[in-house]
Amino acid sequence: METERLDLPQGALDLLILKTIALGPQHGWAISERLHQISGATLQIRQGSLYPALHRLERRGWIKASWGTSDNNRRAKYYELTRKGRAQLGDRTDAWRRLTSVVSLVLAAR
Amino acid sequence: MLNDAFHRLRAVFRRGTVEREMAEELQFHLDRQVDVYRKLGLDEVEARRRTRLAFGGLDQISEDVRDARGTRWLDDLLRDVRYAFRTFRRLPGFAAMALIILALGIGATTVMFTVINSVLLRPLAYPEPERLVTLHGITNGFGEAWGASYPDFVDLQRESRSLTMAAWREGGGTVSAPGDPEYVDGRQISAGLFAVLGLRVAQGRPFLLDDDRPGAPAVTIISHGLWQRRFGTASAIGQRLVFDGTPYTIVGVAPEGFGLDGDVDVFTPLGENIEPRMRNREARFLHVVARLAPRAALNEAQAELAVMARRLAAQFPASNAGRELLARPLQQEVVGDIGSTLWLLLAAVALVLLIACVNMASLMLARAVSRDRELATRVSLGASRARVIRQCLTESGMLGLVGGVLGILVAAACVRPFVAFWPGALPRGGEIQLDWRVLLAALSLSLASGLAFGLAPAMRVPIGRVESTLRGASGTIVRGSKRLHSTFVVAELALAVVLLVAAGMLAHTLLTLASLDPGLNVHNVLTAHFALSPGVLGNPAQISATWQEVLDRARRVPGVESAALTDIVPMREGENTLPYSVSAAVPPLAEAPIALASSVTPDYLKVMGIPLRAGRFFDEHDRLDSEQVVVIDDNLALHAFGRGDVVGRQLWVPPMGPAPVRIVGVVGHVRHWGLAGDDLSRVRDQMYYPFAQVPLRLTRTFASFMSIAVRTRIAPLDIVEPLRRDLRGTSSDQALYEIRTMEQLVSRSLARQRFLALLFAIFGGVALFLACVGVYGVLAYLTNQRVREFGMRMALGATPRDIRRLVLRQSLGMIAVGAAIGAAGTWVSGRVLLRFVAGMHALDLSTVTTTMAILVVAALIASYVPAVRASRVDAMTALRQD
Repeated sequence: METERLDLPQGALDLLILKTIALGPQHGWAISERLHQISGATLQIRQGSLYPALHRLERRGWIKASWGTSDNNRRAKYYELTRKGRAQLGDRTDAWRRLTSVVSLVLAAR
Repeated sequence: MLNDAFHRLRAVFRRGTVEREMAEELQFHLDRQVDVYRKLGLDEVEARRRTRLAFGGLDQISEDVRDARGTRWLDDLLRDVRYAFRTFRRLPGFAAMALIILALGIGATTVMFTVINSVLLRPLAYPEPERLVTLHGITNGFGEAWGASYPDFVDLQRESRSLTMAAWREGGGTVSAPGDPEYVDGRQISAGLFAVLGLRVAQGRPFLLDDDRPGAPAVTIISHGLWQRRFGTASAIGQRLVFDGTPYTIVGVAPEGFGLDGDVDVFTPLGENIEPRMRNREARFLHVVARLAPRAALNEAQAELAVMARRLAAQFPASNAGRELLARPLQQEVVGDIGSTLWLLLAAVALVLLIACVNMASLMLARAVSRDRELATRVSLGASRARVIRQCLTESGMLGLVGGVLGILVAAACVRPFVAFWPGALPRGGEIQLDWRVLLAALSLSLASGLAFGLAPAMRVPIGRVESTLRGASGTIVRGSKRLHSTFVVAELALAVVLLVAAGMLAHTLLTLASLDPGLNVHNVLTAHFALSPGVLGNPAQISATWQEVLDRARRVPGVESAALTDIVPMREGENTLPYSVSAAVPPLAEAPIALASSVTPDYLKVMGIPLRAGRFFDEHDRLDSEQVVVIDDNLALHAFGRGDVVGRQLWVPPMGPAPVRIVGVVGHVRHWGLAGDDLSRVRDQMYYPFAQVPLRLTRTFASFMSIAVRTRIAPLDIVEPLRRDLRGTSSDQALYEIRTMEQLVSRSLARQRFLALLFAIFGGVALFLACVGVYGVLAYLTNQRVREFGMRMALGATPRDIRRLVLRQSLGMIAVGAAIGAAGTWVSGRVLLRFVAGMHALDLSTVTTTMAILVVAALIASYVPAVRASRVDAMTALRQD
């Protein structure tokens, strides 16, 4: 099966991560799996590119990390949204929606 | 933002932990993904392969995560630093030499900058020092001078709206109680002085307006030092101090380290002074210091001063006609003219540092060429050119910084000795110390130097020629570096020439000045200030008698040939100038010609050994009741009367009275302003008048600044103790102070020139040494590269002598170009020296040729060893060499 590798702009990846984490604290692999599930496997992101993004978001203070035990009894780093992150999620989602609607409008024009 | 900072700091300081966590996190992901693939039925190997594909390259991802941490540059820097350390540890000799060169260069520069910073750049230690000014008067005849008269001061102080003024004058004296008699420096100050300067007294109170008038109870403020010396830690307030024979009540102690232009111990109110001079509008002996009013600007104050000066000139034409007033910043006054000398020395030291850096660059370049292969390998393994350049620069930058730190340590050790070595006293000398500004400048300079001399080798990092470099084709590379190396040597030689010629010029000037005739016989003459017993000062007749007794006693001291009194001593600080005229129609004082006037006793000529050109000098017949006489020097004679007989003619000297004085003799000119400065001074006319003819009303004033001069048969310093003993007086309170021999004074008048000549000789020597080291090093390196060529030549029939000549010719080429460029540079440096050093003589051919010759010979000697080594090359081994 041909998997379309869509090149995600960096801002979009951040947005997706934030949305995924908003549903509850997760570790990196779980986020990757969830993204894979939700997007219906059409979005093939290089799994590794999640981690630089996660660390960047952590530096910005939108998510915070803590070490815990995973369901298979291994140590894993869990990420959750901070209050600032939650606000950013709301803002960025709005912005994204506005952007895509404008782009669609322009593309639909004759 | 705080979060960001926290994470970055953690990444820096807990690198190990952070790295481990990242590895763990990524591994966790990989393991989970492998599990998924395993569950789908794939085997271990396939599962891992698929995982790797899905995940992406682990190393690349790790790098990206590190990038995302935002500390990539720091990681790289730290790695470079550690690598640089390892490299230098492998080459201790090279590193040591580099550090020594840098430490010396930066140390010397830092010492000069410390002095400049403390003396010239740092503001004075008063609050808002930029608002403090001193008042100067300008007339056509005198030029600019700092003195103001008391009546003028009172008027100006009262009328000025933009300036708050205070005045002071010197007034030293003997403190006789409590404790032993001691001569101290004193100042008479107006009541508002401390307020104007913005200082508070350390104990007690400052002077009030009520203290500052004639007849007020005698109060004094003493210095911190005097308080400690006489009272220890007990309170001095309210205690009695006997100063100059008068009892004073101490009302205050000045802050520690405060001294108005000197080491002052006793402050008394100016207004209590009842000398007639204080009422004389023409007697300009007060220093006036003023503070700008809170909302006034300097130009407003200047304008107001101009108006007030004009008003005074209109009101009192006799004393103030043609006289303008000017305000100058106080800092300028304190620092004086030393600025130019300091900047000159800084420039010289900077040149030495520059030579050191060029030397370093040459060394680094030679090393870089040997590392060509290593760097090319790194480039071929994927390092970007920028990255490798950054690494080279880090190395040299580190070298520079460490050298700089060593240099700062050297400077810290050398600052105090340098200040002590300075001839005379450096203004603000006590304040000279390293502060943060100097440290910052030194560190920046060392880093910049390091980067600068690392630039040349860094630029050699190949981008296109990687392949040829790796294969080791050395031909092209050597040619490229040869030009650069030659340029370095030429630059060093040129700079060394500039410094050497400057040293030569200074030495030449010094020798010429030292051979100038001072105008008197300087051998075996002792001079000293002398303070009469305060008890005698009340009675003018007694004063004269006491002076006579002092002279008689001095003459009787064994070893003394003759003794005289004088108010000013040649080449010592102190002057007294009077206007004169050849006719009764005296021109306005601002335009009259001026002569240096000295009040002396008849034996003065004998003591000083000044030649008598015509007529006679004074004798015991010239007394108060006989005709007023004067003896002039040949300059004044020429100036006033032209050629022709002068003895017997008359001269009008307004301050001596309306009647003319008769010229009874002409003597030779004395270089009063010093061997260096006299020929350039404004006032070159001189006259002498008998001490015995000083009017009675002035004897008390004169008594406070007379000096005694004696000619001795033995070494002058041997009679100091007997003289001091015999002149102590009946109350044992007459002291000799500032005792100097004429030889010391003459030597001191050339002290600055001598100091500069010495320093420049040292700089020139160091520069020459470094340049020769550079010549030797580069030549050795270049001949090393040409070993194969030499071997070929020898195989083709060249003799060792031919090889030597070949090498020397190469060296001579560099020397010639360097000397030529340096010669052009000396044209500039010569003009700079002429402008900034007093008494400097212009560049002459003999100096240039001598110094050039020294340089060429030294450089050729330095080239000789590599030349000889090159000629000893064995042809066979040379040809076999790769």
